[in-house]
Amino acid sequence: MKDKKFIMTGVIIFFIIVTFPFWYNRGKAAPQPELVLTAKAKAAKECVRSTAYMKAEHMQLLDVWRDSVVRRGERIYVSPAGKEYTMSLTNTCLDCHSNKADFCDRCHNYASVRPYCWDCHIDNPKENS
Amino acid sequence: MDSSRRRILQLLGLSSLALTARPVFNAFAKDEHAEKPQAIIKDSENALKAKQWALVIDTRQFESEEDLEPLVDVCNEVHNVPHLSEKRHEIKWIWGEHYHNAFPGKAARFLSEEVEHKPFLVLCNHCENPPCVRACPTQATFKRESDGIVLMDFHRCIGCRFCMAACPFGARSFNYRDPRPFIKEINDKFPTRMKGVVEKCNFCAERLAEGQLPACVEVSEGKLTFGDLYDPESDVRELIKTNFTIRRKQTLGTEPSVYYIV
Repeated sequence: MKDKKFIMTGVIIFFIIVTFPFWYNRGKAAPQPELVLTAKAKAAKECVRSTAYMKAEHMQLLDVWRDSVVRRGERIYVSPAGKEYTMSLTNTCLDCHSNKADFCDRCHNYASVRPYCWDCHIDNPKENS
Repeated sequence: MDSSRRRILQLLGLSSLALTARPVFNAFAKDEHAEKPQAIIKDSENALKAKQWALVIDTRQFESEEDLEPLVDVCNEVHNVPHLSEKRHEIKWIWGEHYHNAFPGKAARFLSEEVEHKPFLVLCNHCENPPCVRACPTQATFKRESDGIVLMDFHRCIGCRFCMAACPFGARSFNYRDPRPFIKEINDKFPTRMKGVVEKCNFCAERLAEGQLPACVEVSEGKLTFGDLYDPESDVRELIKTNFTIRRKQTLGTEPSVYYIV
């Protein structure tokens, strides 16, 4: 055990390097993104599901929508609240949320995800409201 | 460490007890969160339905390129089909073709002047036995069970182009470039495609779902007839019954669903 000194120094240096990002960025957390709702989205009050559900699960929801529309041709979504919606990212989602830069992008940038929905789906830019 | 028989039996007992922990936890967890309300997914009520959609093209009523133009244009507008002037990059959903190319093997040595020179409208045949579907490694292209349309799931296409090699009708096009800058006027009701995917005619599946006929049929003023091939009462069956029709490359056995009255 005569190398104990060296091993301990090594372990300490390793530990410092590994935790470097944490203590270097301490207290500099990025602020939670603030989402802007369009007038249309505000007027609708609720999305196809509750806000909490949409925040957490909109990607799974869209996945189900896509498979259902493309593969089975079933295009109507009846929400638990009993309202009917056409399952379409382009024509339903992005019709209300027509402010991609202030709505979609803010969270996606915060979470550092880059979904490629808009490579094909048109983001329906309308006047900012 | 000494391990006696007694110790091992003790450990085994404890481990089996631990295995029961999960179901117990699950039972408790279920009580805490009430069942989520479920959404229902269903068909649109005014959607047009068929066992196998088919198209009958009355070629006698098409005389020149100009007659085809409105049909081709409306399709391109509705589906955001780009116009690329470079031949190799062309994207085609529906277009005109010479008789020799549309019906190879069916051309006689001396053809009637009229047939020789006029263009024939060609598009995806929505085959009943589609070779492109068999070639696709990701099932991005598939034959829809509900109405027999050969559809593309652009999300899943990896751009391998096996389907293009498999299709005997050249009905598929590959996006070698980002198509967006080449779309004259973007229809924001329909998505565009991206670089690296294959595309083709979809028999206006999105219009059928809303109870509308395909765009080309709608503007054809009766030159095209659309209907269910397996409904003996349908307009298409009536036309096939009362006219002499041919199909493209019928001998290949793909069973095209587009019929031509000549």
